[in-house]
Amino acid sequence: MENPEQIKSRLEAAVPGAKIEILPNDCPAGERPLRVDTAHILAVAKFLRDDPQLRLDFCSNVTGVDWPETELTEKIKVKRVVDGVEKEIEEVKKTVRPGFLEVVYHLYSMELKHGPVVLRQRTANRDAETPAVSLTPVWRGCEFQEREVFDLFGIRLEGHPDLRRILMWDGFKGFPMRKDYVAPDDFEYEPTPHDEVLEQAKKHYPPEVTA
Amino acid sequence: MNAVGERPSQNYEILPKPSETGEPLGELLEVSMGPQHPSTHGVFRMDVVLDGEKVMKLKPVFGYLHRNHEKIAENISYLGSMPYTDRLDYFCSMTNNWAYALSVEKLAGLAVPERAEYIRVIMAELTRLQNHTCLVGFFAQDMGALGTPLMYAFREREKILDLFESVSGARMMCNYLRFGGVRCDVTPEWLAQAGQLVDGYGRFLDEFETLLSENEILLARSQGVGVLPRELAVNASITGPMLRAAGVNYDVRKVDRYGIYSRFDFKVPLGEHGDVYDRYMIRVLEMRESVKILKQALRDIPSGPVMDPKAKLRGFRPKSGEAYGRIEAPKGELGFYLISDGTANPYRYRVRPPSFINLTILEDMCLGHRIADTVVILGSVDIVLGEVDR
Repeated sequence: MENPEQIKSRLEAAVPGAKIEILPNDCPAGERPLRVDTAHILAVAKFLRDDPQLRLDFCSNVTGVDWPETELTEKIKVKRVVDGVEKEIEEVKKTVRPGFLEVVYHLYSMELKHGPVVLRQRTANRDAETPAVSLTPVWRGCEFQEREVFDLFGIRLEGHPDLRRILMWDGFKGFPMRKDYVAPDDFEYEPTPHDEVLEQAKKHYPPEVTA
Repeated sequence: MNAVGERPSQNYEILPKPSETGEPLGELLEVSMGPQHPSTHGVFRMDVVLDGEKVMKLKPVFGYLHRNHEKIAENISYLGSMPYTDRLDYFCSMTNNWAYALSVEKLAGLAVPERAEYIRVIMAELTRLQNHTCLVGFFAQDMGALGTPLMYAFREREKILDLFESVSGARMMCNYLRFGGVRCDVTPEWLAQAGQLVDGYGRFLDEFETLLSENEILLARSQGVGVLPRELAVNASITGPMLRAAGVNYDVRKVDRYGIYSRFDFKVPLGEHGDVYDRYMIRVLEMRESVKILKQALRDIPSGPVMDPKAKLRGFRPKSGEAYGRIEAPKGELGFYLISDGTANPYRYRVRPPSFINLTILEDMCLGHRIADTVVILGSVDIVLGEVDR
C-alpha cells in the first residue's frame, strides 16, 4: 500500500484546498495518522473509499481522544549579556497549547486487503457538543461508533442521521470519557471508612449537634 | 405497550405513513422487547414498531451493562486491564486477552516465543469452538428447540472450559495471556487431553449436524430470513461469520496473518445468500476448520520458554506512540487502539467491539419480517452484552 506521503500528495491533488498533515508516531510498528481539516474531511473520506488504488471500503474503528489544555515546556538557548560578558543561557520557554478533541478513524480495504490508514479530525475547542463532521454518510459502520463518540466525548458530529446518546441514558449530563470528567459523589454508607473513602464519607455525616 | 404517538420523546417519534395504494395501514403498535426478555441474550432492548406482526421499525437500545471499561483502563496500569478484558466478551476471554496483548506488543515492540504462539493459537481455536457451539445451541433455543440442543452444546463446552480451568485456574475469566507470552506453560498431560477432545470433536459436530442442519423447522425459520446484502455488510463494517456468510472473503487470520496463522492449512468458509441459515452453517464449517488448525498446532508445538525475557510485568512503560492491533475473535474483528504518553497508564484505551458494530444493521435485516423472526435474526448476529455495553 502507498505510504502516508503518497496518499497525502494524491489527496491534495484530488481535493483542492484540503489541509492535510502527517502526524508523527514514535511507535515503530504503528501507523502515522493523517490529520484532515473538518471542512474537507467528507470529500477526503469519499475519495479514500472510491479511489481504485486505495478502495478503503471498511471503516474498522472510530473513536475520540481528548487533549486538554496543556503547558508545553521547551528549552531554548538564548544569548544574553551577563555582567558585561555575552553568554549562552538555557531558558525555559512555556507555551500553552489550547485544548481540543479528536476523532480517529481506522480504515482498511476489504477488497484489496490492505490497511490501515488512520484519519483524524480535530475540533476547534473543548466546549460541550463542539462540532466536527460525521462520516456516517460514507461508511455506515460509523453510525453506532460515532454515536458513542458523541455520547462519551461530547463531539457533535454534523451530518449524522441519528445523533443521540447510546451507552448512557437520554438526559444524562456530562461526557464521561473526557479527562476532566468528575464522577458523581455516589456515596454509600460504610461501617469502617478509611483514606479517600473516609474523606468522602465525612461530607455525608450529619452536622454535629452541640447542646 | 403504547399506541404510537403517546410517547412524547422526540427520539422515538414514529408517524404512521399512508401505504402506496392509499389504503389505511391500521394502527401501528410500539412494543418494547426487553430488557428482560429470554431471547435478547442479556439486558438488551429492541424498540419495535409493528403493523400487525410485521416489523416496520426497530431500534436497538442498550447500555444497561455500561461500566466505562475504557475509562477504568485509562486510570490503571497496562497489565491491570488484562483481567478486565476477560469481562468484555465473557464467552471468549482467551481471544480478548490475545487482542489486548497483541496491541500492547505492537506498541512496545515485544516478541513472543515460539511455544507461546502455539499455545495462543490452541487457546484461541478452542475458544472459537466453544463460542460457536454455544451460539448454535442458543440459536436453536431461540427457535423453540427448548433444552436439548443447548444441553448438547453445553456438554461439549464444559469439556473445553475444564481445559481452560486446569491451565489458568478459571473456567471463564482466564486472564491467561501476558505481554510477550503466556502466564504459565501447559503440561504434556494437558496437551494429550486437548488432543483427545479435538479428536472427538468432529464426531460431536456430525451428531449435532444430523440433528439440526437438515431439520425442517430450522430450514423453514432460517432460510431467506434476515438477508444481509454483500455491499451493505462491507459498508456497515460487519465482521466475523456474519460478513463471511454474506460472501465476503475477509478473515483477519488470513489477511493480517498475526501470530503464526500463516503456518496452518485451513480454509475460510463463505456463504452465498447472507441469510440466517448461512450464518448458522458458516459457524458449523468454521468449527470444522478450527479442529483442523488445532490438530496441526497440537502436532507441531515445540518446547521452549513461554515468556519473552525482555518483557517486564512490573514498571511497564511503553514509549509514547499509538498502535492499533486486531484479531479475528469468534464474533468478529476485535481491536484495541492504544495511545501511550510514556507513563505507566495508557493515555487512550479503546476497544473495537465486534458485536456492538454488528448490531448496526439489525434494523435493516429485520424490516418487513415478522416479530418472531427478529428473535432468530438477533440470535444469528451473536452478541454478548458485556462487550456491547462495555
